Amino acid sequence: MYSVNYHRAASVADAAKLVKSGDAKLLSGGMTLIPAMKTRLAAPSDLVDLSRIKEMQGVKVSGKTVTIGAATTHFDVSNDEKLKKACPAIAHLASLIGDPAVRYKGTIGGSIANNDPAADYPAALLALGATIVTNKREISADKFFKGLFETALKDGEIITAVSFTAPAKAAYEKFRNPASRYAIVGVFVAKGKDGVSVAVTGAGDDGVFRAKEIEAALAKNFDAASLAGVKVPAKNLMSDIHASADYRANLIAVMAKRAVAAANA
Amino acid sequence: MSDVSLMVNGRRVSGAAEDRTLLVHFLRENLGLTGTHVGCDTSQCGACVVHVDGKAVKSCTMLAVQASGSSIVTIEGLANGADLHPVQAAFKEHHGLQCGFCTPGMIMAATDMINRHPEGLDEATVRAELEGNICRCTGYHNIVKAILAASKTMAKGAKGKAKQAA
Repeated sequence: MYSVNYHRAASVADAAKLVKSGDAKLLSGGMTLIPAMKTRLAAPSDLVDLSRIKEMQGVKVSGKTVTIGAATTHFDVSNDEKLKKACPAIAHLASLIGDPAVRYKGTIGGSIANNDPAADYPAALLALGATIVTNKREISADKFFKGLFETALKDGEIITAVSFTAPAKAAYEKFRNPASRYAIVGVFVAKGKDGVSVAVTGAGDDGVFRAKEIEAALAKNFDAASLAGVKVPAKNLMSDIHASADYRANLIAVMAKRAVAAANA
Repeated sequence: MSDVSLMVNGRRVSGAAEDRTLLVHFLRENLGLTGTHVGCDTSQCGACVVHVDGKAVKSCTMLAVQASGSSIVTIEGLANGADLHPVQAAFKEHHGLQCGFCTPGMIMAATDMINRHPEGLDEATVRAELEGNICRCTGYHNIVKAILAASKTMAKGAKGKAKQAA
C-alpha cells in the first residue's frame, strides 16, 4: 500500500470538508477499498473515515418508509428486527454478502458507491425504486447506477442514506461463484404499488439492470409459473471464465423463478 | 504517522504508526502479538481474525489507525491464565487442528459465532458461518465438532452463572 493520510470524520459536514484535501477517498467499511489499496489499484492521498459518524448509522422504519443510514453495516441490516418485518428480502440479502467478518465492517453506502457489477445491494435498490440520499441531493436508483463501478456521484459527494417504500412482496436469490462467493447472477424481485420490478446483478456487461422480459411476464401474474418459457436475451451480458453470456441469461430466468417463489412463500 | 491508541487484551497500549499500517501488522510487529496470523492477505482466509469492540473482523483489511480508540482481543487474550478458553479447550479435545496456522483465526471467529448464537448452534450453521475461515489441513470436520462442543459448554457456563446470580 502506498502512503496515505487518514482522517476520521465526526460528522457529514466534517467529512465534506476533509474530502477536499488532496486526492482523498471516502472510507466506510473498507472491505473493497483497503484490498484495492493493498494491491495498489487505488492510491488515494487521503482517506476520510465515515464509519464513526452517528448520523449515518442505523435503520429507521416509519410506516412503509424504510431509511437505512449509509454507514450501516451488512450485519446490522441483516439483523434489524424492524427491517426484517418491513422488508425481509433486503435483510436476507445483507446476510448473504461476503462472510461474517466482512458483514461486520462493510456498509450499504460503501457497496453502492463502489457499484461492483457483482455486488448485491445495487439489485435491491434498483428493484425497490430506492432513493439515494447524499449531502447534496437525492438521486433515484435508476439514475444512480451508471455502469461498471460508475455512479452518478460527483467528486466529494457523500451518500448519507438510502430510502425506499417497503414492497408488498420481495425476494432476492443469488447464484454464487463457488470460489469468490460473488454473484454470477443475483435477481431481486419486488412487487409494489407501481407494479413488478426485477433487477439483475452479476450478469450485465454494464452493471446492474432491470430484466424487462421477466417484468412483463410477471406483471400479468406474479407467479413463478408465469416465467415458463420466458427467454432473457444474452446480448449485453458478461461472458468470462466463470460463465458464458448464454449461461447467465438462462440463470437469470432460473433465479427469477426462485425469487418469485420465495416472495410468494 | 498517527498515534494509535488501543485497549489490547485488557491492556492500554499506544504507539506511533504510519497511517497505512494494517492492524494485523501493528499487533504483530509493534506489540509482538504474533498469534494473529497473516495468511492470504486478501481478506479471504480468516487467519488474521481478531475481535474489535466485540466483533470478529479481519485485521489484514483494517488500518491500525481505523481501530484507534477500540478494544481488541487477540488469541493471546482469550485464555484466563493457564485455563484455556472453552473454545481453545474444545479445539484441543476434539483435535480441531493439524498444522495450526488457521487456528487462532478459527478460534476467534468461533468465539464470535457462539456469542452471536446464544440459542445454540447446529452443524449447518457452523459450516455456513465458517465461510470466511479457510483451513487447508483438516477438512473442517473436527473444527466443526469442536465449535459445537464449545457452544454447549459455554451455554452451560452461562446457565451456571445465571443461577449464581439468582
